[in-house]
Amino acid sequence: MTLTATDLLLEATDVSKTYGAVVALDHASLSVRPGEVHALMGANGAGKSTLVKILTGAVTPDAGRIVVRGRERISHSPADARRNGLVSVYQEPAVIPDLDIRDNLRLTATPLEPFRHWLAELGLERLNLSSLARRLPLASLRIIDLARALAIQPDVLLLDEITAALPANLTERVLQAVQQQGDDRSVIFISHRLIEIAAVCDRATVLRNGQTVGVVDVAAGSEDKIVDLMLGERAATLGQQGGSAASAADRSVQVPRVSARALSDGRRLRDATFDLYAGEVLGVVALEGQGQDELFDLLSGAERPASGALLVDGKAASWRHPADAIRQGMVFIAADRAEALLMQRSVRENISLPSSARVRQWGWINLGREGKKVDQAVATLQIDARAGSEVRRLSGGNQQKVTLARWVASGVKTMLCFDPTRGIDIGTKTQIYVLLRELAAAGAAILLYTSELKEIELACDRVIVIFGGQVVAEMPAAGADEAALLRAAHDLKPGAALPEEVVAATSGVKAAVEEAISETPASPAVRP
Amino acid sequence: MTAPAASIGRPRSGAADTLGTWARNSAWTLGLLGFLVVLLLFTKYVNHNYSLVSLANTATAVVPLGLAAVAQAVVVISGGIDLSISSQMALTSCVAATMMAAYPGDGTALVIVIGVLLLGMVLGAVNGALVVLTRVPDIVVTLATYFVWAGFALLVRAAPGGTAAKWLKDLVIGSLGVDVVPKAAVVLVVIVAVIWIPLSRSRLGLSLYAVGSDRLAAFRSGVAVNRTKFLSYVITGLIAAFAGLSLTASTGIGTPVPEPTYVLISIGAVVLGGVSLAGGTGGVFGPLVAVVVLQLIRDDMTFMQVDSNYGLVAQGFILIGVLMAGSLIQMRRSRA
Amino acid sequence: MTAATGTVSERRWLRPAAWRNLLRDYPLIPLAILLLLLIVVIQLTQPGTVNAGWAAVNVRQATVLAILAGCQTLTMLTGGIDLSVAYIASMSGFVTATFVHQPGGWVLGVAVALAAAALAGLVSGIGIGVFRVHPLIMTLGMGLIVFGFSNVWQLQNVQTGSGVPVELRTVGTGMAGDLVPYNLVVFVPIAIMLVLLLRRTGFGRMLYAIGDNPVAARLSGVRSWQVVVVLYVISALLAAVAGLLQSGLSNIASVSLVVPYLLPSVAAAVIGGTSIVGGRGGYSGSILGALILTVLAGFLSIILPEPWRQIVFGSIVVLVAAAYTRVTAQS
Repeated sequence: MTLTATDLLLEATDVSKTYGAVVALDHASLSVRPGEVHALMGANGAGKSTLVKILTGAVTPDAGRIVVRGRERISHSPADARRNGLVSVYQEPAVIPDLDIRDNLRLTATPLEPFRHWLAELGLERLNLSSLARRLPLASLRIIDLARALAIQPDVLLLDEITAALPANLTERVLQAVQQQGDDRSVIFISHRLIEIAAVCDRATVLRNGQTVGVVDVAAGSEDKIVDLMLGERAATLGQQGGSAASAADRSVQVPRVSARALSDGRRLRDATFDLYAGEVLGVVALEGQGQDELFDLLSGAERPASGALLVDGKAASWRHPADAIRQGMVFIAADRAEALLMQRSVRENISLPSSARVRQWGWINLGREGKKVDQAVATLQIDARAGSEVRRLSGGNQQKVTLARWVASGVKTMLCFDPTRGIDIGTKTQIYVLLRELAAAGAAILLYTSELKEIELACDRVIVIFGGQVVAEMPAAGADEAALLRAAHDLKPGAALPEEVVAATSGVKAAVEEAISETPASPAVRP
Repeated sequence: MTAPAASIGRPRSGAADTLGTWARNSAWTLGLLGFLVVLLLFTKYVNHNYSLVSLANTATAVVPLGLAAVAQAVVVISGGIDLSISSQMALTSCVAATMMAAYPGDGTALVIVIGVLLLGMVLGAVNGALVVLTRVPDIVVTLATYFVWAGFALLVRAAPGGTAAKWLKDLVIGSLGVDVVPKAAVVLVVIVAVIWIPLSRSRLGLSLYAVGSDRLAAFRSGVAVNRTKFLSYVITGLIAAFAGLSLTASTGIGTPVPEPTYVLISIGAVVLGGVSLAGGTGGVFGPLVAVVVLQLIRDDMTFMQVDSNYGLVAQGFILIGVLMAGSLIQMRRSRA
Repeated sequence: MTAATGTVSERRWLRPAAWRNLLRDYPLIPLAILLLLLIVVIQLTQPGTVNAGWAAVNVRQATVLAILAGCQTLTMLTGGIDLSVAYIASMSGFVTATFVHQPGGWVLGVAVALAAAALAGLVSGIGIGVFRVHPLIMTLGMGLIVFGFSNVWQLQNVQTGSGVPVELRTVGTGMAGDLVPYNLVVFVPIAIMLVLLLRRTGFGRMLYAIGDNPVAARLSGVRSWQVVVVLYVISALLAAVAGLLQSGLSNIASVSLVVPYLLPSVAAAVIGGTSIVGGRGGYSGSILGALILTVLAGFLSIILPEPWRQIVFGSIVVLVAAAYTRVTAQS
């Protein structure tokens, strides 16, 4: 705030964006000095991606001022943003799958020699430019996307979770490339990995619930401060819930409701092994992209496992469709309400959706009976349905309650909740967690993935941590505070190691490079 | 996506690599050509009189359909579809025939041809503008404009009639020197090559593929998505106008009622030719071969003295079968 | 409902957003107004046209279109469409006529026609539901296949002779007291059945669910291919019935009799408020849409020649579809 506008390379102030009833950004701000690497941090749903999309023209803000090198400009398209010197590399590479790399470069008018230079810097110098993008592994595509961006030397380069799907050695190269940007160009770096942030970033802006809550100078020991800002103050209203219906002793003789043994989907989920018991809420903690999405897909019947075993009440389960899983009492609550709700339909239709799904339920609906069931569910969850006959018009919190009500109305045996409180206000969050505890107390088994780490202690009985597609830790919820969980989620033992040591410890140089390049069966790049 | 098909004019990168890449991209079309050869052998077996000249005649007969298939391929590659192609053909052919009857003369005929081509682009522009601006699904827009253009065709000509300038007819009737090389086919290949080769090498051509392949990635790569979609319909309109002109040239008149099977056959030929209905893959050569294949199947039905209606049914079944198979392949691939 | 504040000074009801919500929630109201306006215009430009007899003729004419619009409504709710209805309907009328002089009579003909239609619908449903072929292309192809088979059937039946059965003619053309068309006896039960199907059965709910959000439907245990297969069989059967009525109405049995009704059937459903991409709409709107289009067509045929009719219809479909897309679009 004490710097004048001309000292800053990029200054965004009062940026706001609302999608219907959901506030993505609420007067957020970001200022970046020339030559610095600036971290953008925040929990899932805090607004980081939206801000990046606004800065690079993919999304138009509702309000806000964006000043680049002293000139005020809001970009209206990615091409526009590129002209303004802002380029971003997203989590899903913006590489056209059906074109080869050379054509992709031509499409974006990327100069070839600088591109090749950066490819070499990033470890992919042997890449054959005639390979079809579709055939290349995700890690290679990300490197290509990054090299493309670096090749045009943008004023501000925005990297959205670039390292999330990369093996350790490519990560190191990326971090080195990030630091080489020069004195008059800057990088905005989004990452969940505190170690990387500590290694390369100068300052960090922290977002929470769409607002900028702090700007921190990154130095040794500032991790805790950043973590604090991300999580926010403890909400007193959540209260202490704790306690589980079945004690640890009981559990040894009880048959678990759900058992996973070396469950794998062949890609990001490698080897998941854990048990879920009736009457408990089992929390799942993981950074983005560690395989938790895939785990829930397998458990809910949306996908089939590539290998491993899944047991329900002790019996092997093999499902081809969510209907099979639902028939065995496994219901799924998605984080993305757009995935789970019929937006144009009424609350009533949404709640009673599962009761008409099977062929023998296609007949006449007894409106009276249905109405009673729906009203009961609405009352249990305290849904505010005044907004009308379209679920689309409800607030985010109420929408999520409708998703829950759908299963509460049909009876819950096992509930898989994937980040159910993402982007929801604190009051509704509380209600949801109270409900989950009540369901567990009534005998349901609940698997709860949440990125709100402080709530683990309050809503769960036990916690498992997933990293790299495997369950790497299990602990009782009591005493699992955010810091301990964050450490476990980053797969750190207490006493965090420095980046170089982590890298050296996890994989060798050649192996990582080979892994990234040689996953293509027919790619000519395999040949030297 | 279905397997990539031939595309004329992709950039090169070293001789051996080029051959390998081209072979991989053209796998589908090469397979289709192989099937065509088998079909030709079968045809010869069924009808001993079938000769290269007969094949040349077949090729001549399918010029309008071939151009229609190419027009459809362009818009499908960019992720859209155009159901109004056959009525665009009817309208442009009627305008050409009527004007040439009203204003005879070789010079004026040339002006009329150019005017009709521009008309085709205008029709395409209307389609494209509606699709982009109203956000109504392209299927609905072009289904509606199908009837609008057909209505206009009826306005221009209430009944088939009109004339075609002699030089226009000469372009497509008869052969070039040797009996085996029909002028129509040559004209077809020249038109397609002149339009497609520079297009597919250009940024616009790449944008067409990009938008069809992954609209979001294209947007993030800086492609002007709306403008690309709009232009794809304009190009389709231009090629459809060529198709209409070829109709007038080969029949000598303009017919206001569009041939009802053209729409399905153009789409079927596109899919049979290796272009995925989802967009992003394929080229124009495959659909051209596919059109010949489809016509040959129909001819075989005639040679075997099967009722022509069965021929229609057979074509319908084969097309739907191909579509189902294509969908199956697409589903398998996206699951892989 | 959006909470009303009630203060006159705010004049909320004048704001476009309020109108949009009205259009969205109660599509029948603007439709009824449109129909009334149309009738007024007709009476003003051609005085003396509008009377009870005129109304009865229009209603009689509209029932066939209304049934076909029902086919489109059902399929469009799932985000699909059925372009085979015109050929199936024509086939049905034609096949029935060819059985008139056969043992079994026209009743057997109806049975055969319905069976053939169901088979066509089954194949379409499997192609769309299981193989995920786009509905437009699948039904277009199916329609042409039916057309081809109808032609073959025609060739094989030239000698035996055919004619529209008297019973069908009575039902199709007759009117009670010159005011109430007999074909309402067929139409009204169908209409009631369709409205109830959509509003009060699980199957109806499934149609809306699949059209609105197939992913959510799947996650709630819906196997959409089952719904789709049954859907297209129903649509084909309805088309067959419509064909019988049309045959009776026009006293013609032809393999392409109903083809001119194809676009208007889509238009009627679109005008009636059913969204082409699925998830919203209903049959009562389609009935009104069919009425409006029939009245409009009659009016246009007096004042405009055939080509303009096509142009106007096509333009209306695009305009209304665009309007509905705008109105129902999320912010």
